[in-house]
Amino acid sequence: MALTRRQAYEARVKRRSTTIAAGSTLAVIVATLILVPLAPGWPAVKKSFFNAEVFADTFPGLLNAFLLDVAIFAWSAPLIFVLGLLVALARDVRAPAAYPLRLFAIVYTDIFRGVPVILVIYLVGFGIPGLGLPRPWNSPYIWGTVALVLTYAAYVAEVFRTGIESIHQSQRAAAASLGLSEADTMRYVILPQAIRKVVPANMNLFIALQKDVALLSFIGPVEIFRQAGVYKSLMANFTPYVGAALIFLAITIPATRYADYLLAKQRRARS
Amino acid sequence: MRLLLTTLIALPLATGALAQNDCANGLTLEDGKLTIATGNPAYYPWVMDDAPESKQGFEAAVAYAVANEMGFSDDQVVWVRSSFDEAIQPGAKNFDFNLQQYSITPERDEIVDFSVPYYSAAMAVLTRAPVVEGGAEATIDSLKGLIWGADANTTAVPMLGEVIAPEKDPLLYGDNTDVVEAMKANQIDAALFDLPTALYLSAVVLDDGVILGQFPAERSESPDSFGLLFEEGNPLKSCVDTALNALKADGRLAAIEAEWLSETTGVPVIE
Repeated sequence: MALTRRQAYEARVKRRSTTIAAGSTLAVIVATLILVPLAPGWPAVKKSFFNAEVFADTFPGLLNAFLLDVAIFAWSAPLIFVLGLLVALARDVRAPAAYPLRLFAIVYTDIFRGVPVILVIYLVGFGIPGLGLPRPWNSPYIWGTVALVLTYAAYVAEVFRTGIESIHQSQRAAAASLGLSEADTMRYVILPQAIRKVVPANMNLFIALQKDVALLSFIGPVEIFRQAGVYKSLMANFTPYVGAALIFLAITIPATRYADYLLAKQRRARS
Repeated sequence: MRLLLTTLIALPLATGALAQNDCANGLTLEDGKLTIATGNPAYYPWVMDDAPESKQGFEAAVAYAVANEMGFSDDQVVWVRSSFDEAIQPGAKNFDFNLQQYSITPERDEIVDFSVPYYSAAMAVLTRAPVVEGGAEATIDSLKGLIWGADANTTAVPMLGEVIAPEKDPLLYGDNTDVVEAMKANQIDAALFDLPTALYLSAVVLDDGVILGQFPAERSESPDSFGLLFEEGNPLKSCVDTALNALKADGRLAAIEAEWLSETTGVPVIE
């Protein structure tokens, strides 16, 4: 079928944009590949950061250490989800007598969103075991996890709160008129919608968590960041960090794309 | 006329520079100054009170002895601070040499340059009284059963794996303070340090610190030798090496070691 003049025009414009986009991308890549190695310090930088030999030597060890990151993430994430949800619910309590609960939730999110994660990890990871807990209850794995959960639950709670508040008041009224209790309204009406709405926002937080797991290394666990640091120190070479970054990217990029996909899907569903 | 004037002005400067050993002439960062870097903070007994200018402490004393041997007066020595990472990253450095207990390893030597060694450190086992009361002994078999910690940036890490091979994975930390904190929190039983550092930590930092024993430098396969660190290819190295060798030959280096690190004798040797 012959194209209309308009269709032909649009196809031409599209072809032209694609060509220009491809050309400019290629130009940037070529310029980078040619110009960066021309810099006087490039051989030294290459040796320190992009050393193939060091990379090959250390990559298996890094991959192995990354398993610990995955494990910490795997047991932290559900705890964060649960605690975050509880705090968000505490903030939504409307009975006057339960105001202390609400106040607690407000203070909690304020504090743990405001304090740097690393400080919480140090304080909880060294401080609480320092009170004299017996083994194995003083393990840095336990208290490091607690620190991560406390911090991230504060963020997740805020995300859930926005989700809960985004459900229109009229739905609560409708549920009440059907005879649902307040708890049932929350459980069967509000939360199913609220949680679904904030999935993309929470995905973002969990991607951030994936990286912050590495901060646990400050209190002892030898996860990928620490392992890379050991290699760096022994070989006086930063290539292991580049290796670690690649491993992180291999996880976080697909996760980010998935979050984007969920966001787009949600937008389509709404419009 | 102008040329004459310049020459006249330059003359005293030139003679000033000539007062130094010829070998360092024009090779330092700043003419007539020797810029030396140490850690931030610098630890006892390497540098007393974190004040290298006071010449107190083993490394401070060595630095001034080397500087004097190279023809620099005490006033011509300038101190700067650097972290381990700063010292090994590629590019120009802000110091002529850096001393903060850098162990010489072949891998590190590929990225930076080291002087001849100025100290051979024995490795020592730092632990606490309750662990010793619990039956820990200075034998490899007994040490294997302990939970170990170490500073991740030190050569103690590979040594732990090779010599002791503990049953449980060791926990690694970013600096001495964190290792000690983990010890106080009873998260680790013992830690491996170079002997002078271990002595300091057990005597000053830990209330119930005990040095269980030492692995003498000459016993380990790759003895832990400290060298002054230079930027790769720094021509000053040969000049500093000459100075260090002179200090070694006439016993001055040994005298400095005896003055600051004398307590290291008398620590039981681990069989």
